[in-house]
Amino acid sequence: MTDLADLTIAEAGRGLRSGTFTAADLLDAVSRRAAITETHLHAYLTLDREGAGAAAASADEAFAAGEDVGPLQGIPIALKDNMCTKGLDTTASSQILAGWKPPYDATAVQRLRQAGAVITGKTNLDEFAMGSSTENSAFGTTRNPWDTDRVPGGSSGGSAATVAAGSAFGAFGSDTGGSIRQPASLTGTVGMKPTYGLVSRYGLIAFASSLDQIGPLARTVEDAVILLEAIAGWDSFDSTSINAPVPSFARSLGVGVEGLRVGLVRELAGDGIDPEVMAATTAMAEKLAGAGAFVSDASLPSSEYALSAYYLIAPAECSSNLARFDGVRYGHRAEVEGTTEDMMSHSRAEGFGPEVIRRILLGTYALSAGYYDAFYGQAQKVRTLVRNDFAQAYSEFDVLISPTSPTTAFKVGERAQDPIAMYYSDICTIPSNLAGDPSISVPIGVDGDGLPIGFQIMAPSLGEERLFQVASEVERLAGFDMRASFATSEVTSP
Amino acid sequence: MTEGWEAVIGLETHVELSTDSKMFCRCPVDVDSDPNTACCPVCLALPGALPVPNEKAIEGIVKIGLALECEINERSLFYRKNYFYPDLPKNYQISQYTFPVCEHGTIDIDVDGSPTTVGITRVHMEEDTGKSTHVGDGGGRIHDADHTLLDFNRAGVPLVEVVTEPDIRSPEQARAYGAELQRIVLALGVSDAKLEAGSMRFDANVSVRRVGDPELGTRTETKNVNSLRSLQRAVTYEIERQIDVVEAGGTIRQETRHWDESTGKTAAMRSKEESEDYRYFQDPDLLPLSVSHEWQDNIRKTIPELPASRRARYRAAGADVVAAELLADSDGLSGVFEGAVAVGADARTAAIWLTGDVVAHLRRNEREIEDTALTPEHLADLATMVDDGELSSTAAKEVLIAAMDGGGDVRAIAQDRDLMQMSDVSAIEEAVDSVLAENPEAVGKIASGDMKPIGFLVGQVMRVTGGKADPKVVQQVLRDRNSG
Repeated sequence: MTDLADLTIAEAGRGLRSGTFTAADLLDAVSRRAAITETHLHAYLTLDREGAGAAAASADEAFAAGEDVGPLQGIPIALKDNMCTKGLDTTASSQILAGWKPPYDATAVQRLRQAGAVITGKTNLDEFAMGSSTENSAFGTTRNPWDTDRVPGGSSGGSAATVAAGSAFGAFGSDTGGSIRQPASLTGTVGMKPTYGLVSRYGLIAFASSLDQIGPLARTVEDAVILLEAIAGWDSFDSTSINAPVPSFARSLGVGVEGLRVGLVRELAGDGIDPEVMAATTAMAEKLAGAGAFVSDASLPSSEYALSAYYLIAPAECSSNLARFDGVRYGHRAEVEGTTEDMMSHSRAEGFGPEVIRRILLGTYALSAGYYDAFYGQAQKVRTLVRNDFAQAYSEFDVLISPTSPTTAFKVGERAQDPIAMYYSDICTIPSNLAGDPSISVPIGVDGDGLPIGFQIMAPSLGEERLFQVASEVERLAGFDMRASFATSEVTSP
Repeated sequence: MTEGWEAVIGLETHVELSTDSKMFCRCPVDVDSDPNTACCPVCLALPGALPVPNEKAIEGIVKIGLALECEINERSLFYRKNYFYPDLPKNYQISQYTFPVCEHGTIDIDVDGSPTTVGITRVHMEEDTGKSTHVGDGGGRIHDADHTLLDFNRAGVPLVEVVTEPDIRSPEQARAYGAELQRIVLALGVSDAKLEAGSMRFDANVSVRRVGDPELGTRTETKNVNSLRSLQRAVTYEIERQIDVVEAGGTIRQETRHWDESTGKTAAMRSKEESEDYRYFQDPDLLPLSVSHEWQDNIRKTIPELPASRRARYRAAGADVVAAELLADSDGLSGVFEGAVAVGADARTAAIWLTGDVVAHLRRNEREIEDTALTPEHLADLATMVDDGELSSTAAKEVLIAAMDGGGDVRAIAQDRDLMQMSDVSAIEEAVDSVLAENPEAVGKIASGDMKPIGFLVGQVMRVTGGKADPKVVQQVLRDRNSG
């Protein structure tokens, strides 16, 4: 019999409603799975046994009373530890927030609770979401369930690992330059970044405000839709959230790609992409053509500057967003004699890790008088060019496709000492963040080492319906069996 | 000012808006409640919190902009001004930089009959900081403080900054500008504009140059100016100090200076050359602010008559400069005044009584006009009775105070208290004739050309009439009787 922890959200939901098992059973299944996998993976920073138990119990009471608030009722879900959870540690994997318990829930968290989700705990990330491997965490590295010598990607590596390992049915991450899609790609899961403004950022600890979006990590496209629908929609606490009704994305699933115009982005599918990844991408493009789509080459000429622009814009915003961590009102406070300034600077020096400090310095420099025009100003112009490129491309194509990550999962430590090599992990994902457009990674196969390969689909702003339509077809064409991962992984044989 | 020198002054004024809630969150504006009770994740800058602009505050700044004849930008931008300070929770202040809400306005001022127009560069929206209280031996100063207490109730209160062109040339003009801006803000009802409480505060940019020199001198910025009087004093001090430095062969440093009310001096705080780079950039948490023409027009409709227009109207009606200003500055006084004129009072007489005896009585008793029973009709009747010679000024004062204290109809008060002036000429003539009959020596002196006894005779007539005869009429009758 299948372990309950390996069910999809959709399957689990059916079982709950048919009375085959209870929410308590589901929670028990993921807890038992976590007890095995956590010693190898370290995907979770905090497991909220008490809160999750209470939520599962109340979901079961609701089912017993005939109340049903939707497909997440009773489903165990993990949250990236940069989403504020009332009364539950929220650290952004930083020493500066060690032990901090927010007095409020992020809007997305509040909506998940209202949807009856069972929040299992908080997952590891690169400190303040800055990184692509989850190695930049102040609280230890997360490992890839497919090969524990390898990274799960990042920064939402902990969330991706819980979903791949079965220690949660689904999870949420945040994506600033690829932080949901790249770990999804490296762990054989589905990871989706919504249109900027579709999901409220209120209560998401900011990295780069103009780029950050919360999104789902799941085992299937259908599960990703269920997760996204629970949190999407306007929020009066976030003035950048879009004030428009959210359509049903579920209707887009399984309708095929007949007649759709699909553009393979030349600039994201050439130099620097691993040949096996490229071959899998091309093969999937051909399958889409076989399924009735018109597939041809597309071009985003400015994307070659996108990475550089991103590494000015994101650090600039982060340098200002992270200024609030000063030891005055909350978080780590250094024990120093001297002035208030000494206290603040020591608290920051002790509290932040090296990658965070690097980006704060980079961003501060990029915004400085005399350098602003050459760096931040120039980067904003590139951002406009990238947007224009997408607008041009979407006049010819319904969706664009590319690999999600240039490589499959790399070894722990392999890129840790080479920030530039690490930054290149996001080369394919960054353009959608700069444009504010939705984008998804769907697993399409494995490479010669048995490591999953992700396939990226991009759509224009608020084009989620089209995005999920194509993703669902890609999933069908790939026939990728997520559960295969556990057969090949040491974590299933404790 | 020292001969041969000219001062160039620009003012930056911060005005706290008295909205119900803060600029970017739903906390009440309640600065005086217990420390850190009017706070939330947003104004405490907790991780993950986001700002959402307060529509009422935007209405407030648009009102100010329209009152100052500014252009209102249909699309304006919020910026982050980055600097570290413990009472600035985010360690950046949300403010504006390019595209503020309002630009290019004017304020007309008048110092001793010389009118000047002061250009307004910009009026922009920002948020206030928290309050630091330094505790220890330093006497409230940060140096030597043992520890610092922080209160974030004020953090995030909407703040409007009004920046002038360097159009001001004297301390008196600076004060007149400050007073006029305060009047406008009060008339608009957008702020309580209390200088002593800090809800309105000035920073003065001052430089000096030799008359005729086209180049501007190096400027200093003086902070901590908490009254109109201090504004004038601080600017005066700074001008003199700068002239002294330059005349002694020194140079002015571009710096921020602190006005010390007790010593009457400014002192350097920090040098601008070493000052922070604020790294302004557009706030990615806030969309461009849109103020449509339609919204502007709706806001325009709520703007009351402004003090300058009111003053001009009162002057045209006959009030003098001082009276017109007093009346225009007070909604209560102007209400009584305009009501009295509307029911037929002479504007000049009504203004004199209202800004003279009424205001004096109010000040003595620390009351507002609204606290008294005085109506426009009372004032109109009184003015008419005085103009018609029915009341002497002494009697009128008594009647007025009685009316303010709830005595009712002024004519009834005057009659009850037997204060009506004798205006019947024949009755006065009768009294004059009897006095003349009783004082033959005086009459004789007058007949021989010695007019001195006239005063004595007037006094006698007043005594006989119990003080109710109009002295002017008595004098006229006496002269008529003795001129033949």
